[in-house]
Amino acid sequence: MKATDGVDLDIRRGEIFGLLGPNGAGKSTLVRQLTGLMRPDRGSVEILGHDIVCHPERAARILAYLGQESSALDELTVSLAAETTARLRGLEVRRARAERDAVLEELGLTALASRPIRKLSGGQRRLACFATALVGERPLLVLDEPTTGMDPVARRAVWSAVDRRRAERGTTVLLVTHNVIEAETVLDRVAVLDRGRVIACDTPAGLKEQVAGEVRVELVWRESAPLHVPEVAALRDRAVESGRKWTLRLAPEEARAAVATVTGGAAFTALDDFTLATPSLEDVYLALGGNVTGLVKA
Amino acid sequence: MSVVPAEVLPSSARALEKAPARRASAELGPRARLWPALVAVYRAQLSRARVARIPLLFVATFQSVGIMILMRGVVDGGGEARAVVAGASVLVVAFVALNLLAQYFGQLRASGGLDHYATLPVPPAAVVLGAAGAYASFTVPGTLVTAVFGCLLYGLPLAHLWVLALVIPLAGAALAGLGAAFGLLAPRPELATLLGQLGMSAALLLGVLPADRMPGVVRFARDLLPSTYGVEAFARTFGPDPDWAFVFGDLAVCAGVGVVSLAVATWAYRRAAVR
Repeated sequence: MKATDGVDLDIRRGEIFGLLGPNGAGKSTLVRQLTGLMRPDRGSVEILGHDIVCHPERAARILAYLGQESSALDELTVSLAAETTARLRGLEVRRARAERDAVLEELGLTALASRPIRKLSGGQRRLACFATALVGERPLLVLDEPTTGMDPVARRAVWSAVDRRRAERGTTVLLVTHNVIEAETVLDRVAVLDRGRVIACDTPAGLKEQVAGEVRVELVWRESAPLHVPEVAALRDRAVESGRKWTLRLAPEEARAAVATVTGGAAFTALDDFTLATPSLEDVYLALGGNVTGLVKA
Repeated sequence: MSVVPAEVLPSSARALEKAPARRASAELGPRARLWPALVAVYRAQLSRARVARIPLLFVATFQSVGIMILMRGVVDGGGEARAVVAGASVLVVAFVALNLLAQYFGQLRASGGLDHYATLPVPPAAVVLGAAGAYASFTVPGTLVTAVFGCLLYGLPLAHLWVLALVIPLAGAALAGLGAAFGLLAPRPELATLLGQLGMSAALLLGVLPADRMPGVVRFARDLLPSTYGVEAFARTFGPDPDWAFVFGDLAVCAGVGVVSLAVATWAYRRAAVR
């Protein structure tokens, strides 16, 4: 059983590169190999000119990693977590404290500085952990779902902090996500992973061009689909059903016809809601043969 | 996977080969040195122990005080009283340094929390020694309270309690190293907890009960337990004219076991951090 197989990626300096895929696609394995936490059975990992397979200990001196787990920091205060992490990145006391203060201020965490991390809300906790990834500057940030549970204000703080570092210092970011909306808005390029393989790698716009000829139609029925309407019954074969919701990817003229059908006559009385949208990365993922359960739109 | 400068990437396939990339190698960030990193870990661990472990420290102290009160009915002074007070005091160290540290590292390892340390340029020894040191320090108040209470209860002299300044760090090192190794080597966190509990129970039964009433096999087990030497060293100082050579001899055994167990724990950390 291979977690990842034949993955070949080149991330450019200064870009925000995303790994998109549902849980179990192999994103975490790839990240563990990149951060020196796991040695790949075969292949090479090179970061900014350093061979991480031969020298895994160098990874910690090139990159900052924000994992999904915060149990090492949970019982510390926000301030001490950031300061300790800075010290462990080799900063001397005074600089560690100065960086701690600057980063907490930048992320709007100063008011929470003396609170233990585990007493914060999920989003605040995540933001505090993100702060520990920023202290003691590194040219590469590896962020594993950094914005999980965050409110829009916190999300904005994260992406402004990332953008600032990119503009001022050319920081490279590798972002692991299963959130398609975030992937579309913040990434320069994205690799789509499915079952341990890269099934596509391009800019979000480039990927979406692959399904540019299609329109996504979502229909939500009040109770059940009116299958006695022949046009609706015909659509069923092409729909992905999840509860009362049908998702269809159709050519524009088909989509127009479908909308005309469901917004008139017997079908309309059974309809709760419908949306018509240009394709998202989720549709790309589906079109590429991915298994969509596990991707999140938020 | 590799990260190469943008300017060399699109032009030609050759640009991806090693030579040009190597020329552009990024400067490595500083490495955290052993001592400052150890101090940083120690401080952080002590603060989390303060936040999360104070109730448990009370439990440890009450347990030892309770045992001494119970044994008061059985033991009536002399060598046995010294053994009970010394054993109950060192039991506090075993409770926190061995049992709680085994649980901590077991849970940290199982939850993936070790990744945080493993992706920082910090020497493994700093993480293990910092945590072990913090847990050992955390036993100080409980051990002192137990020892003073025991001396008053059994009418033992308080004059040589200063020896705790050696007993706590040395027995603490030996037991914390053992606890850390248990936590980091146990394949499951429940097993780490179990090993920690068993270690503490051994320290309780073999340390507190007077040795001369034990059968030969149990006495042999007692000799294998590092906390025994802390107990013996401490118990000797209650005598009218302590033989300091034996006291320091026992403490030297603690120190030796401490060095070995902390080295094993450091090795176990390294092994657990990179899976």
